Amino acid sequence: MITLTVNGRQRQFDGDPDMPLLWYLRDEIGLTGTKFGCGAGLCGSCTVHRDGQAVRSCQTPMRTLAGRQITTIEGLSPDGTHPVQQSWMKANVPQCGYCQSGQIMQAVSFLKTNPNPTDQAIDSAMSGNICRCGTYQRIRAAIKDAAKGGKA
Amino acid sequence: MSSLTQSKELIENVSRRHFLGGMFATGAFVLAARVVPSELLAQTSAFQTQAEGAALHPSVYLGIQPDGTVFIVTHRSEMGTGIRTALPIIAADELDADWKRVTIEQGIGDVKYGDQNTDGSKSIRDFYDTFRLAGASARSMLITAAASQWGVPAADCTTELHEVVHRGTNRRLGFGALAAAAGKLPVPKAEQLQFKTKSALRYVGKDFPVYDLADIVTGKAQFGMDAKRPGMVYASIEHPPVYGSKVQSVDDKTALTVKGVTGTATIDAFKPPHGFQPLGGVAVIADSTWAALQGRKKLVVNWDASPHASFNSEPFKLSMIETVHQPGKVVRNVGNVEAEFAKGGKVIEATYYAPLAAHASMEPPVAIADFRDGKVTCWASVQNPQATQETIAAALGIKKEDVTCHVALLGGGFGRKSKPDFAAEAAILSKKLGKPVKVVWSREDDLKFDFYHSTAAVYHKATLDSAGKPTAWLARSAFPPIASTFEAGAKYGLDLEHGMGLNDLPYELANHRVENGPAEAHLRIGWFRAVANNYHVFASGSFADELAHAAGKDSLQYLLELIGPGKVLDLKSQLAAEYWNYGAPYAKYPIDTRRLRRVLEIAGEKSNWGKKKPGNGWGIGIAAHRSFNTYVASVVEVEVDSTGRVRIPRIDQVYDAGVVIAPERGRSQFEGAAVMGAGLAMLGEITAANGRVTQSNFNDFRVARMSDAPVQVNVHMVDSDAPPSGIGEPGVPPVIPALANAIFSATGKRVRELPFSKTKLV
Repeated sequence: MITLTVNGRQRQFDGDPDMPLLWYLRDEIGLTGTKFGCGAGLCGSCTVHRDGQAVRSCQTPMRTLAGRQITTIEGLSPDGTHPVQQSWMKANVPQCGYCQSGQIMQAVSFLKTNPNPTDQAIDSAMSGNICRCGTYQRIRAAIKDAAKGGKA
Repeated sequence: MSSLTQSKELIENVSRRHFLGGMFATGAFVLAARVVPSELLAQTSAFQTQAEGAALHPSVYLGIQPDGTVFIVTHRSEMGTGIRTALPIIAADELDADWKRVTIEQGIGDVKYGDQNTDGSKSIRDFYDTFRLAGASARSMLITAAASQWGVPAADCTTELHEVVHRGTNRRLGFGALAAAAGKLPVPKAEQLQFKTKSALRYVGKDFPVYDLADIVTGKAQFGMDAKRPGMVYASIEHPPVYGSKVQSVDDKTALTVKGVTGTATIDAFKPPHGFQPLGGVAVIADSTWAALQGRKKLVVNWDASPHASFNSEPFKLSMIETVHQPGKVVRNVGNVEAEFAKGGKVIEATYYAPLAAHASMEPPVAIADFRDGKVTCWASVQNPQATQETIAAALGIKKEDVTCHVALLGGGFGRKSKPDFAAEAAILSKKLGKPVKVVWSREDDLKFDFYHSTAAVYHKATLDSAGKPTAWLARSAFPPIASTFEAGAKYGLDLEHGMGLNDLPYELANHRVENGPAEAHLRIGWFRAVANNYHVFASGSFADELAHAAGKDSLQYLLELIGPGKVLDLKSQLAAEYWNYGAPYAKYPIDTRRLRRVLEIAGEKSNWGKKKPGNGWGIGIAAHRSFNTYVASVVEVEVDSTGRVRIPRIDQVYDAGVVIAPERGRSQFEGAAVMGAGLAMLGEITAANGRVTQSNFNDFRVARMSDAPVQVNVHMVDSDAPPSGIGEPGVPPVIPALANAIFSATGKRVRELPFSKTKLV
């Protein structure tokens, strides 16, 4: 039995310990905001926070999560008002939107460690997250906007 | 004839009920249904939208409830273009509705909506008038109802944001309060309606956020991947590794020991031609996606031999290149190129090659189907819900009407999800298992079993006179055609592929011949964003630049000279078959090279063309093309470092798509098209070895990441009153040759093979 916290709520898991967090979130507890994109840690669509840091949930087995705090896109803010979410809306970033949960979770984690990033730092931090629609320019703009407290 | 007048006539035609049967039979109904108000049609399915259940519903697309809520139905699939918002915006504007009180509903697959195949960048082009009509009809009925209540002439009334207003007395009644009375009135004829003038438009042509924006950034948006049904099981399918091979034997003993796996099931191979049928294979059924994927790893399937096991990309490429150096089927001819070539002079020739590519939308193919009582309900990420109905019906031997297809948000589509083979897989499995089944493709499945963007070889040859002007120009292309999807063994392109950058070269040439050579498909070929334009325009746009350099002229100036002063082209006498024109009437959407000139001229200004001298690893390139009835010019800047790495600091995209409903979404589409075009040009390649696709995931099928993508894409929209044309696709093709031309400008190296990453630049 593994006890972990997801979006502030304590949960217990007694299934296949090798199952990646991604499928636990999506299939078992209905948190479908975290997306399946590649299953191999190559695209970033499944990015969530483990103890505040971005991880690829498709590469994070349940057995490694005892006592850990998981935050998904649904738990980032109670009402979608996290500064990064607001900047994302202001810049009209999404096209299809499928990768954007992962992009936002990656950006939030990145801004914690680098609150005033250069373009180069943004490119390097975000290049693990693929957007097939090609919204990168707006993602970069939204991250800069959030870094400036929405005053960009 | 304006299309609104056409609409009126069609409504009248369809209103003669006895005529309906005949129209169904001829297929003309589909066209007619673009403009048919709901009360003229029998309901075709048990599923009803809230719009149809509303007090006032003058159209299948729109309804108004007494509480003032306006329901607007989008019948096209949302895959990132913003169409789910843009079509309702058109109707809401004509209605003079308060956008905050509009609820958007997603239409199921149903012939009553007309064409629902969300491809070809034609949703606005084909349904702009329809949605205007829906909004204007409702507005007129609300005004009539209010005027009658007040006992004043309708002409003295107008609307103001969700209210009808009597001009003389400023009396007001809300749309909700009038809905019931208005709902009892006859639907006015199109010619009785008043449409807003451009200056009166509230939403159209302005920037507005997409309807689903807040849901997307909070993770609430429901994509096909997120759908769930009570009692549902999950399936992951092992497909034949080589196109055309069939299951010989299955050993599922170990697979069945995987925790959560409940069984396996075989799906029959398709009967040629494959069309949209499933490939066939063996499904592992489980109680979670993870268990199904794990079970698949333990599954042992033996496959029989397929003739396509001889398919290897490198020899195939060489055979196509050989083909384009031999005479092919003539698809366009004017003058006599051979006679002109025989005269000698300055001859320029070049051969270009593009590999197969995969769509790789971030959401892999996914669908749920529930078969019960001889009927199927499915929830899927599909671009074409009516084709989904047809494909499932054919697979199960039931009627199309007995298939209900709900369309979720698509996590990207790019053409892949017009082909609903994966939804048919879910339906077949649901029938076998007697419960709802969710079929989830892995990324590996997606890349190995796509309907691929075709590979092509293109050859160009021209002679130049002393002024550098081409006196003769031959273009020849070979590619495994989309026709192979519908006709086994088809080797020649369809008119639609020829009409995408091959037989529509918009230059005034005295001697010009265009040919198509044969190429066999060894796996599934399908349409991909901008389709054949991508490889044809890579070649023609690069070759024009090669000619400019051979002539010693500036590339932009040379393109303008090739086009000439500009006019409406008449290709009829030159083409072997009628120019398909993206399915649009030529009179309404002709090739007008003045518009092509204009986007080039604007691109020159906006990009500061000619201001900076190429060199020191910096270069700039340009190309222009009309596709999907839209005129686009792209200017690409590159920096090539000492290791040969290409950085793209800037792309300028100029487009003329006529009237643009959602300019902000237009910008986003042309930004995205620049990224996809650059990715396709630089990185993406699918290859096969012994019939098996080599690539498996994003490590070996590379798409543009932030670090590869153009840093800044500037989009410039031409303000135009021309009828609306495509937005989603036309931004891709010219980016590819503009990038090749920029690399030449920076390095002096002419890259004639995609992806450019395979060529050592320094």
